[in-house]
Amino acid sequence: MRLRTLILAAVSAAALASPALAQELTAITGGRVLTGTSVIENGTVVIQNGRVVSVGTGAAPSGARVIDARGKVVAPGFVAVDSGLGGSEISSVGGSDDLTNGANSISASFDVSYGLDPWSFTLPVARLGGITRAIVVPSHPGGSAGHEHQDDSDFAGVGEGGYQSPSLFAGQAAIIHLAQGGDILVKPRVAMVAPFGEAGAGVSGGARGAEFVQFKETLAEVRLYARNKGAYDRAGLRDLSLSRADLEALIPVANGTMPLIVTVHRAADIQQVLRLAREEGVKVILDGAEEGWLVADQIAAAGVPVLLNPISNLPGSIETRAARMENAAALDAANVTIAIKGNEGSIHRAREIRYNAGNAVSHGLSYESAIEAITVNPARIFGMAGQFGELRPGAAADVVVWSGDPLEPLSIAETIFIGGAEQAPASRQFLLRDRYARGEGAMPPAYGR
Amino acid sequence: MIVNRLRGPSLAALACVLAGALSLSACATTGGDETPAADGSSSAEARQPLPAGLDFANNPDPYPSTYRGLPRENMAIVGGTVFTGAGQRIDNGVVIVTDGRVAAVGGASTPIPAGHRRVDAAGRFVTPGIIDAHSHLGVYPSPGVQGMSDGNEATSPNTAQVWAEHSLWPQDPGFNAARAGGVTTLQILPGSANLFGGRGVTVRNIPSVTMQGMKMPGAPYGLKMACGENPSRVYGSRNQSPATGMGNVAGYRAAFIAARDYKAKWDKWREDGEGSPPTRNLQLETLAGVLDGSVLVQNHCYRADEMAVMIDIAKEFGYRITAFHHAVEAYKIAPLLAREGICADMWTGWWGFKMEALDGIEANAAIVDAQPNSCAVIHSDDAELTQRLNQEAAAALAAGRRIGMNIPEERAISWVTLNPARSLGIADQTGSLEAGKRADVVIWSANPFSVYARADQVFVDGGLAFDRFNPAYQPVSDYELGQPGYGMPSANVPQGAR
Repeated sequence: MRLRTLILAAVSAAALASPALAQELTAITGGRVLTGTSVIENGTVVIQNGRVVSVGTGAAPSGARVIDARGKVVAPGFVAVDSGLGGSEISSVGGSDDLTNGANSISASFDVSYGLDPWSFTLPVARLGGITRAIVVPSHPGGSAGHEHQDDSDFAGVGEGGYQSPSLFAGQAAIIHLAQGGDILVKPRVAMVAPFGEAGAGVSGGARGAEFVQFKETLAEVRLYARNKGAYDRAGLRDLSLSRADLEALIPVANGTMPLIVTVHRAADIQQVLRLAREEGVKVILDGAEEGWLVADQIAAAGVPVLLNPISNLPGSIETRAARMENAAALDAANVTIAIKGNEGSIHRAREIRYNAGNAVSHGLSYESAIEAITVNPARIFGMAGQFGELRPGAAADVVVWSGDPLEPLSIAETIFIGGAEQAPASRQFLLRDRYARGEGAMPPAYGR
Repeated sequence: MIVNRLRGPSLAALACVLAGALSLSACATTGGDETPAADGSSSAEARQPLPAGLDFANNPDPYPSTYRGLPRENMAIVGGTVFTGAGQRIDNGVVIVTDGRVAAVGGASTPIPAGHRRVDAAGRFVTPGIIDAHSHLGVYPSPGVQGMSDGNEATSPNTAQVWAEHSLWPQDPGFNAARAGGVTTLQILPGSANLFGGRGVTVRNIPSVTMQGMKMPGAPYGLKMACGENPSRVYGSRNQSPATGMGNVAGYRAAFIAARDYKAKWDKWREDGEGSPPTRNLQLETLAGVLDGSVLVQNHCYRADEMAVMIDIAKEFGYRITAFHHAVEAYKIAPLLAREGICADMWTGWWGFKMEALDGIEANAAIVDAQPNSCAVIHSDDAELTQRLNQEAAAALAAGRRIGMNIPEERAISWVTLNPARSLGIADQTGSLEAGKRADVVIWSANPFSVYARADQVFVDGGLAFDRFNPAYQPVSDYELGQPGYGMPSANVPQGAR
């Protein structure tokens, strides 16, 4: 049977493909190159030692392994923001979830980087969707993780909004890469996460007015602590509401060096968060911002970036009544830096980032801005500009060769490099697929590989 | 005369809801005939009808459809690439719509009858309306607040007596968003907390003040059943049965034993008229409808092994399963599903959110579809995904092509059109562009397997229900009126929907 032959061929190809050595000189030629900020037709991307050497239109350097990308599209690996990749294996299995923290005395200090699993089977699946880096965030009420499908959500208590955080702060995010191997951590503690809006109000007793006051009071305590550590250690400081670990973790937030990812939805809350950031000197990144388009100019004037999901267009809660498909386009038009998210916390459905970007394009966002929103913008927002998310000399060689336009569902990622290392086109899902796609045989499927 | 008609073993023979489009008038006539007389003979032959509401057969359609369809005109959609939904692709095709029905579909030379407006679809694509076989719009509407959360009667493992149509809020803005994504028909189901969640209802996706105004005339009812983790978690956590998979199965079996008994009592009473009539029981009545084939089993079930057990239960009690929903492991038993004639209603990209979803693969639909006599369906179960079922089908198609399966787009479109129609028991009415069927048509700006394709115009029964370029055909629900952002342009792009 022809199908069987084809599948066996695919399986053998996957088995033979071993990650190329990261230092090999490689040239990807002839493709349409999306650098992240521009497009080069018939371009040549040269990588070596894990980094991009050159991007242009020249011939491949002599001695290079050449990958023919004629008729294909070459793009930087996508960067998943607001992601749970590597931190949660099976969403409803609590023991496999290291993104959700209920400790009272470890809130802002909660550090997701310790719970990351380089062998997570979610990583190859996301990688096959062209994702090569992720910003992994702790779960937080009001966030996009923890959402389950509708007929589960009502009685499982894990609907939109997720669990109830014990604190104003959900903890600290980390940057990972998705390459095979035993170490995926790129940088821990790159941002603090805090829910605002309905979820944040819930933490403080139910009203937004309480949360903002509590937030300001907390920052005042952090500053008091930072100025008086000696007295604190001698027990010579008044009682503070946070643990020492949390106070320490918040110092860079209070002094404006660590960005605060603020999950917020309605326009009025965005205005208040922008005001809070201004008054307290805190550097914020808006997350969610479904009603952002109503106050796009104010967000732009504040120079605040936004992590958003362009397909969140329904008034699913009272704080997203103005949600629109055109949110991404409107914010971009106002010169807000946007990053486009995947679905359901970008763990199992992180690979849908590219479709979300495509849908933003069909609702008014320029193609160039959509590519930026899943490549260079996440790197910029998290202080990694030039290091990844872009095909330019010196950047990490995260390069994906696509069979066609990467935003199209019909396109597939054919060749994937992360940090210059070629990744096997394999996943647990592919093994399952191949086991059953070959059809019924004399022996049970378990005897197949 | 009515009483005579009531004789016989099958409730189905009575159910005008089964009789198709022409049944509305038949039902109305029957209802008129059934008005109880003041006095009547007590003999079986001329027995007085039971008091209103106590005999299903006296009024088998108590919440009748009042769907009338939008104003329509006869038209010829010309010049587009037509995917008929029944496997054909016609370049430069012509779709003739007459009196709300598809009158003809063919190539450029198809004659256009007089009085038909020409709709130019050159450069665009024409498909049947998208059908979502698994939706909770209206029962889990936006906003998803507690007061509106009406999809799971999670108070008992068997709530076969509840009907989703009695929870359906027609003002859910999600209906409008779905229509902007080309969805013309949906099955609204109860949730999966219970072994028997209750009856679903199939609706035409037009704005309506009442549920009845959307309800599809002649569409059979579905019964939502649920396998697996959800019922055992919900009731096990209350120290109640079912707490396990085996408890689930005991629950289905006990229910169908009771339903068999109930059905036998009614059948016997209708046959001989002896003694007191059985007391009507809504829960058992729905299950008896499953047994006589008038109510279709819509079975939420993820795992292959659990689906195989459900198939045996159906055989044990003599009913059919119409569709497994979610069917994340359908690819493991694709030949079995095809042999049994059971649809698999699936996602492409959802997996890993719980143990029973662990083995979900993108190629699921393609592998199921490859079997002869298969019925592969892409469904949503989600108010966002329902807006992009064409893209979910595209991702499934890509996964099939990746393993060398040569699946043409004109076949893959059936996963969101004709096959879901089969899954709902309405394939004689809609799901494909074939002469005689309802003219549920979408004109797409581009190939619907492209992420950039938008539904430009959506017709339901030949009536224009949505037009991306004409605000007069972009309905807004009552809930959306006057809300933040209402009426404001949201970017420098044409409006279309929210």
